Amino acid sequence: MAAPQVVPVETPDVEELPAADAPWVTIVWNDPVNLMSYVTWVFQKLFGYSKEKAEKLMLDVHHKGKAIVTSGARERMEHDASRLHAYGLWATVDKP
Amino acid sequence: MARFGPDEVKVLRKVVSEVIALLSDGFDHTDPVVSRLFPDVYPDSPEDAAEYRRFTEGDLKTGKIDQAGAVLAALPSSGGGEVRLDPESAEAWLRALTDARLALGIRLGVRDDTDLEDELDDAVLQDPTSQRVFQLSVYAYLGYLQESLVGALSRR
Repeated sequence: MAAPQVVPVETPDVEELPAADAPWVTIVWNDPVNLMSYVTWVFQKLFGYSKEKAEKLMLDVHHKGKAIVTSGARERMEHDASRLHAYGLWATVDKP
Repeated sequence: MARFGPDEVKVLRKVVSEVIALLSDGFDHTDPVVSRLFPDVYPDSPEDAAEYRRFTEGDLKTGKIDQAGAVLAALPSSGGGEVRLDPESAEAWLRALTDARLALGIRLGVRDDTDLEDELDDAVLQDPTSQRVFQLSVYAYLGYLQESLVGALSRR
């Protein structure tokens, strides 16, 4: 296992990152039907999140109307959205 | 393991079969239930959304029909009875119940601030034999069933 390469660098301003480096995100939107317990369970099941993390995301969806649940390459996000749709959650993909 | 009465089996068969019908012969993108079950993954880009749909919709639809079929297959063929689910079929049940609840919820106009008990009371006052009373009771029942299944899977 390689040791982490810790190189002190200036923290780049996020706004200045080239667009190509900005990851895509999967967003889950609030809906009035799905149960809170079910949404939490789906986040744990699909993404291996801890109960705490899954609950926090579920509450964000519930209270703020949406939450970013995963981020990364576009294909990966489309795959995640597809899996969420199979579980009946309302998911979209975006590049913030 | 769950025990279902004859009426519960009948209701489950009915709602799950309705989902299957919606996904097969009755498949219609303009139906709000279909748009909810197959959301646009790129709401701001119709071209990208259509492209994504072309590659994923078939599998998603097959998966949804299969999970609904798993519920039908596990239910007693007539009357009531016990149903034993391994974790994999319990998950298929959860997904199928979700689709059925989403379909019913949209037909019933369920919103974030909907109080199911109030809705049911109002509907009963208007006409206790109405379709709405029946659908609201089924919707509540499916929610109860789903809550117990999530509980059972989370305790494992």
